[in-house]
This record gives sequence, C-alpha cells and structure tokens, in this order.
Amino acid sequence: MKTGSRIAIAAAMVLLLTAYFLPLWEITLSAPQYPEGLSMDIWLNGITGNVLQINGLNHYIGMQHIDPQNFAEFKIAPYVFGLLILIGSVASVKGSRKLLIGLLALMIVFAATGFIDFYLWEYNYGHNLDPHAAIKVEGMYYQPPLVGYKQLLNFLAGSFPATGGMLIGLAGIITAATLYIEIRNGKRNEKERNDRAAGALDHRLQSKA
Amino acid sequence: MKRISQTTLLLAGLGAIAIASGCKAGKTGQAATDEDAAKKVYVAPGKHDELYMFASGGFSGQIAAYGIPSGRLLKVIPVFSQNPENGYGYSEETKPMLNTSHGFVPWDDTHHPELSKTNGEDDGRWLFINGNNTPRIARLNLATFKTEEILELPNVAGNHASPFCTENTEYIVGNTRFSVPLDGDKDVSIGDFKKKFKGAATFIKVDKNTGRMNIAFQLIVPGFNYDLAHAGKGPSHDWIFFTCYNTEQANTLLEVNASQRDKDFIMAVNWKKAEELVAQGKGRKVPAKYAHNLYNERTHSATSAMENDVTMLDVKDYPGLIYYIPCPKSPHGVDVEPNGEYFVASGKLAAVIPVFSFKKMLGAIDQKQFEGDFDGIPVLKYNTVLEGEVQKPGLGPLHTEFDGKGYAYTSMFVSSEIVKWKVDTREIIDRIPTYYSIGHLSVPGGDSRHPYGKYVIALNKITKDRYLPTGPELTQSAQLIDITGNKMKLLLDFPTIGEPHYAQTIPAEKIEKNSVKFFKLEENDNPYAAKSEKEARVVRKGNRVDVYMTAIRSHLAPDNIEGINQGDDVYVHVTNLEQDWDVPHGFAIKGSNNSELLIMPGETATLKWAPDRTGIFPFYCTDFCSALHQEMSGYFRVSPKGSNVPLTFHLGENLAAR
Repeated sequence: MKTGSRIAIAAAMVLLLTAYFLPLWEITLSAPQYPEGLSMDIWLNGITGNVLQINGLNHYIGMQHIDPQNFAEFKIAPYVFGLLILIGSVASVKGSRKLLIGLLALMIVFAATGFIDFYLWEYNYGHNLDPHAAIKVEGMYYQPPLVGYKQLLNFLAGSFPATGGMLIGLAGIITAATLYIEIRNGKRNEKERNDRAAGALDHRLQSKA
Repeated sequence: MKRISQTTLLLAGLGAIAIASGCKAGKTGQAATDEDAAKKVYVAPGKHDELYMFASGGFSGQIAAYGIPSGRLLKVIPVFSQNPENGYGYSEETKPMLNTSHGFVPWDDTHHPELSKTNGEDDGRWLFINGNNTPRIARLNLATFKTEEILELPNVAGNHASPFCTENTEYIVGNTRFSVPLDGDKDVSIGDFKKKFKGAATFIKVDKNTGRMNIAFQLIVPGFNYDLAHAGKGPSHDWIFFTCYNTEQANTLLEVNASQRDKDFIMAVNWKKAEELVAQGKGRKVPAKYAHNLYNERTHSATSAMENDVTMLDVKDYPGLIYYIPCPKSPHGVDVEPNGEYFVASGKLAAVIPVFSFKKMLGAIDQKQFEGDFDGIPVLKYNTVLEGEVQKPGLGPLHTEFDGKGYAYTSMFVSSEIVKWKVDTREIIDRIPTYYSIGHLSVPGGDSRHPYGKYVIALNKITKDRYLPTGPELTQSAQLIDITGNKMKLLLDFPTIGEPHYAQTIPAEKIEKNSVKFFKLEENDNPYAAKSEKEARVVRKGNRVDVYMTAIRSHLAPDNIEGINQGDDVYVHVTNLEQDWDVPHGFAIKGSNNSELLIMPGETATLKWAPDRTGIFPFYCTDFCSALHQEMSGYFRVSPKGSNVPLTFHLGENLAAR
C-alpha cells in the first residue's frame, strides 16, 4: 500500500473512533403541540433524548416502551467497532491490502446487519401494538421511516444519520475509495510490469533475430 | 401666602378633574394615537414580547406578568393571597407561606415590585414585593415564577416604604406608613401618638447566592408616615432616602391634620454606617415575634418558622446615622437618577418638584447647615441641599423615573398626566395626559444605573369610560407610551388585574433564558411523593388517611379507593409524573371544602379533604392535559364512621362486570 493510502485508512479509523463520543442516528418527532420537537439519539451503546416523553405519548396507541436495557445490540456494538478499528489500524501500520479488503467487507456486513436490524425493530415497534390501546386506527401502523420523513397521525417522524453516523459513513467511503485506488494502482503497476517484461522479451527476440 | 396659592391650585385641579370626568365622559379619552402605534405594539402570533412587566396586583395581593409592548397578560403569580386557581395557599405544601404572627392571613395588599440588582442594574434573578397590610416582604424566583420566601416585619404597620433595594441587593427595606407603638408596648392610648408611636426603618439582608432574607436591623425613627424610599447608587451608594409625611404627627382626620406643614421631610439614612454599628455589636436585641416562610423547590413545600428577636438601633443614640431634609409638601416618591448624584422628591400637595444634590447634602452635613432638629435628629437647610426646582410641573406629583438620556418622567395624579423634564436644567420638555389619575409609572430599568428606556408605562387608578363597561367595578389600566422621540406618544392602553400599583419592566432576555420548563422527578424530595405508579398507595393511621397518588396522561393511580370513613382526614398527595414541558395536571374532589390543585410536571401537591358524609365521590384531573383527559378520573367510597369496609385501592382491574 502507498503511504497516502495508509494515512487515509488511519484517518478513517480516527473517524470510526468518534462513534464512541457522538450519536449515530437521530429520530425526530414534531407535532402541532410539540413545536420544540422531540428526538431520540441512538448511540453505539444506548439511546438518549426524549425517550420518556416518547414512551408517554406512545402508550395511547399501544406501542411498546423503549428501554435501552432491552437491546442486546448496544452491548455488542462497541466491541464490533473495536474490532473494525483494530483491523483498520493494523492494515494501516502494515500496509496490508488483504487486511484492507477484510476491513471493508466487515464494514459492509456491519452496516447491512445494522440497517436490517434497525428496520426489523422499527417494524416490530410499529406493528406489534397492545390490543387494549385507547386509540386504534383501522389499518394504521406506526413503523418509523428507515431514512427520511413519514407522517404518523399528528406526528411527523424523521429518521436521519446523526453526526457520528455521518462520520462513520465517511470512514466507509474513505476505506472503499482507498481500496479502489490501491487495486487500480496495483493493476496499473502490474500492467506496467507486464509491459516492461513484454518489451524486454521483444528486445531479446529482436536481438536474437 | 404661598400655602394659599398652592391650595387654590390644587382645588382648581380637583375641580377640573370633576368637570372633565363628570360632564363629557368619553370625549377626554379620545387623544389621537400615532398612526403607526399599532405597528409598534403588534407582536405577531407566536412571537415573543421584548420586555416583561411585573405589576403589582394592588389589593389583589398578587403580581401579574405582562408582555410589553403587547400588554398581554402572561401570568398571575400568587404572593400574599390564596389562589384557588392553582391551590396556592390551599394546598398543604403552600399554606405555610401565608402564616404570620397573627396566624394564617389569606390576603394582603401588594404595592411595589422590586427587581433584584447587581451593580445597580436589574439582574433578573428575584422580584421582591411588599405586603402593606400585615407587613411582609416576599421574594419571587424569576426562574420558576413562584413565591419562594415571605418575611414578616415586626414593629411596622402599613409596610409601604418597601421593598426598595440597595445597589447590589445588599439590603431591601421596609418602613411603616402607619406609625404604631413598638410591638413591646401592648396597650397604648392613641392620644399618646407623639410620645409612643414610632417608625421602624427595617433593613433586610439578602443572601447574594440564595436570595434568603433576614432582618439585619431596625432603625427606630420618629413616628411619621414613611411613604416610599430609594437607595443611592454610584457616589450615593451608602445612603438610602425615605419620604415622610405627617410630620405634624397627627393621629386623626389625617386628610387635614397631616397636611398642615409646608414642608415635611426626606429622611437620608447612611445604611453603611448603620451596618458598621451593628457589626460592632451596637444596638440591642429586642424580643419580637414574626413569621419567616420559605418554599423549598425540591420538597415543593413551604415551612413557616417564628423568629424571636430583632436588632434595634435608636437613631437618637447614633448621631450621623440619619438627617432630615425639608421637602414640600407631603412628599410621596423619592427617586435617584441613574448617576446617583440627584434625587428627586415629589410632594404630592406641592407646586414644585425639588431636585436635591447628594454632593450638596454631604457638604451641608459637613458644615452643619442645620435649621434645627427633630427629636434630636438634625434637619438640614432646604436651600443648602437643593439643586433646583421644576417649576409648575402640574398637580399632584407622585413618582419619577429616568430614561438614562438625561430626562425624567414624573407622574401627576391630580392633573392626570406624565411630565417629561430635563434633569440638569429642570426644564419641562413635554407632557402627555393619562387616562386617568396615574399613580406610579415605569420606565424599563427606570430606577437603575442603566435604564433601558424606550417606553414609559403609566399605571392608572381610574378608567371610567376607557373600556366596555362591566358594572360598577371596573378594571384599572396601564398605558404604554413611546419615549424614543422628543414628544411622548401614546401607543397602547390595556387593562390589568387588581390595582397596577407599581411595576418594574425588564428586557425579556434577562429572564427567559433561566426559565424552568419542569421539575425533575428524581429531585423531588417531597416526603409524600410517589415517584412511580408502583409507589402509589393508600395508608391509614388512626383517622388520617394518606393517599399517595400519581398523575400521568391519562390516568390517576390509584383511581378506585374504598374504606374511607366519614370523619377521616384524607390527605391526597398527587405527584405529577410527567417530565415534559407544559403538562400540568389538576386535581379536584366533589364536595371538597378546599380548592383544586394544579400540579406541575415533577411536582407533588397535597389536598386535605374531610368527607362529611357517606357516598361515592368522584375526583378528576381539572387541567385539560390530553385527548383522554376526561377519562382521567376516579372514585372515593366514603362509608359511615366506624364501618369495617376494608381499605382497598387499585387501578386498571376492570370491575365493570361485577
């Protein structure tokens, strides 16, 4: 790996590190009587924000209580991130392209798993309603959007990456781009080597002839 | 001769008022307002006002907060009077706030709101106000808009010269308007007024961190009627000025008998010197009984303690502590201009407004320019302290505030107007009518070192034809006047609660940033709090029943309670479990001889209920909290005395099928 690539990967790892200090994802709610808005921040290891208020509102329609203690994800995620950072750091120090490929693959698997998990939770949260809830609207489910906005009764729900999530996304892009450049450069080098080898052979053949 | 001409003027003025209001009601009030006045007071829906005005409710005993320039009423803050609207003075937690040495007093008369000051500027931390009738001073927390402390003043009656504060709120003061014998003298002939009746200038130390008040000392002064006060600032920092009328020391038909002398007094007090004397152990501790009530934001409860003594300094024993300055005639307000050099007194029956110089006062004291003494207290010569007089200002000058640009604004009760004059030349610049009979006036920051200016607000006593009639009992009013130009311009006229006796006005930014949105449940230290539904319960001890109830949208827990007996004392402690902005819950019980409760998020409040008959008594949330607010209700079952119905309580077990 070129020095530039190694620096880029090191930088991406620093970006990943911010996940421990910054929220990754934000769910927002606004309604006429909530001009100040309500929000939930999802972190690597938990949820903060107006969880209490959102739970309070959701009991009318029979949605489950959100309790960060009940999510196994928040116990595992900090270790998975540690592993990613470790692999990336070693790849950067050693300049190993193989490890870099491994890192990107893991990142993609982690992101995909994360989004699928998030979607399934949202589905369950929005569909699995208490049959004794006070407010029942025929055919209405309250699954929040995966990304973007969605109107749920009087609330407009939004779901977007928070600062930490954006930085992780950037780290992913840097990792992918670095690998792409490395592979392209590698191919070019190989071609040049091949060309040079072919040139030398030509020369030899010509000199023989 | 001079006195005759003043009286004639006054009578003429009174006559003019009578004619104006008696003959052509409706015409006098039609003064043109500027075409863009509406724009200047229009605060678009959803937008906030530029300033808060805190006006006393006068005989309502409360304070009201208004937005300026819109004049919108934002909140009535209960202080000295019970307020069934939110249970203040009715709930077990707040009853102690209204305790006094006379027992529970459900009402008082509020006069002068005073914002706490730092470096002579309004700091937006606390608001003080006097209770005039049963002498007290209250302190409000401007983060919660709640009354946090009430301190009774012993040896005082009619606490009117109150609660004006020194430059850094080191002290706030109180003093007697109706001189009385000191509390130790129990049974005195009214005829002994001159001998036995005294004033007690009371200095209350304010803790600069907590705001807590304690009486530091009382200066025992001659028995006059002490009316108003203002502390010095800058060069005059160490001094405070009180007005006194009835230096005749009359005790009957004061209207006439207290209006005989051409000049009464301004009493200048060197409070710094008094503080030093007390620090040296001077003065004497005198037994006194007065209530000191404190509201704790964490227990959401007030406690009332009785204090036992007060330190007194008899001013006759300490020369140099106070001086009298003659002042024409029956002075009402005394106001210190922003630089602290000039102080202005308004003799309500006087034909001039005297402007005194602090520097000249010190000079006169230095050179002993005394015209005599009163009870051993030196009386300075009027002319040696006088800087000049505002000539022919109008009739019945009462109060002056300043705009920080060199102008003063004086209210004229009898001629019903505000007069603008230049402080250094005492030349009259402009005058504007008020509708009608202005008392105090308020320039934002108008008594501080750096007035905000921009407006003067007239606080009027009489409205007559100004609004739609409401029978004989009419609203009083405030009028917003633009003072940005050379000429004053009337912008707005709005009704108030009670009597807007005085108001202080402060830029909103100094208050709103500190405003509390709700109380944290985990910080609730009320011993009767139920911090979750799991803690909701009912406990009997003899004939006392404690109901630990919770309220959250949209149910009360427990909501079915049986086993209460007629003759029980039931204490319902309701904790609002909400942790969100603007979600109070109310609580009321059918037939309860008490008020309702209004409980803020995170707060606990207690309603005492003594059921006097058997039956089923519904209770419910009175504050429309949610879509299922009406469902937020429950039942008490009250059985006959001695019944053996077991005490049970529950929530959510549907008994409908039984």
